[in-house]
Amino acid sequence: MSEPSPDQLPDQPSTQPARTSGGLGRVLIAVYAVFAVAATGRSSIQLATHASEAPVPYALSALAGVVYVAATLGLARRGAVWRRVAWIAVSVELVGVIGVGIVSVVHADWFPDDTVWSVFGQGYGYLPLVLPFLGIAWLLRTRAPR
Amino acid sequence: MAPMWDPLQTAVIVASLVVAVGSLLYVVPDRRPDRWLVAAVGVVQVLLVAQLVIGVVQVVEGVPEGVSTATFLGYLVGLVIALPAGVWWARGEPSRAGTGVLLVVLVVVPVLVVRLQQIWDPVLV
Repeated sequence: MSEPSPDQLPDQPSTQPARTSGGLGRVLIAVYAVFAVAATGRSSIQLATHASEAPVPYALSALAGVVYVAATLGLARRGAVWRRVAWIAVSVELVGVIGVGIVSVVHADWFPDDTVWSVFGQGYGYLPLVLPFLGIAWLLRTRAPR
Repeated sequence: MAPMWDPLQTAVIVASLVVAVGSLLYVVPDRRPDRWLVAAVGVVQVLLVAQLVIGVVQVVEGVPEGVSTATFLGYLVGLVIALPAGVWWARGEPSRAGTGVLLVVLVVVPVLVVRLQQIWDPVLV
């Protein structure tokens, strides 16, 4: 790889964490943004049109939407606070996709309608299961050198 | 009730995938998007705008039984926003990752178009 590593960017002192929105991070944020729109769009329509039919999946869809929006913003913006937001978001995302994934397999009857995280994100090519690991890997890769 | 206008959806899917392959040819030698690539993205965008117009006309004419109008319109609008948003996000990136952003969006668009067709005509699922 000939491209400079993100923590060598000229505008960053070497003791600071690297920007999370440069290089591969930019592609990752684009993927997160797609899921942010997909999950919030889906849950808005579900909650607006038939909220009472399946409250648990719809609430989880809404949570997933918030998590993806937070992860997108956390990764796209600079600064320690946004980095923390990104960490919290990808952690909740990891717990959410695995937790909801297990419950939706064991207790399929609790999920009369799908969420983004049902069966580990099956409806989205299992990308929701892979994404938090990519997010965590990127946050680790761009953290401040010790 | 006529289905979604299939030739247009086919054109969108093919055009988007062709430009996606084109952007891959930019990613490999580490090239940023140039005006040719952005122009090609613009061609796909013109098709998506046409799809939005035709889709809205179809909604006005009447939505088939069991089709969620909100979801259908959401996909139509999302498809029109996707590529401009991708181009905007790619512009700030001084490496091949900018082209990578376009590649992601160009692969997402055909998936959304297939879903759009399934929403209009659930038999396709």
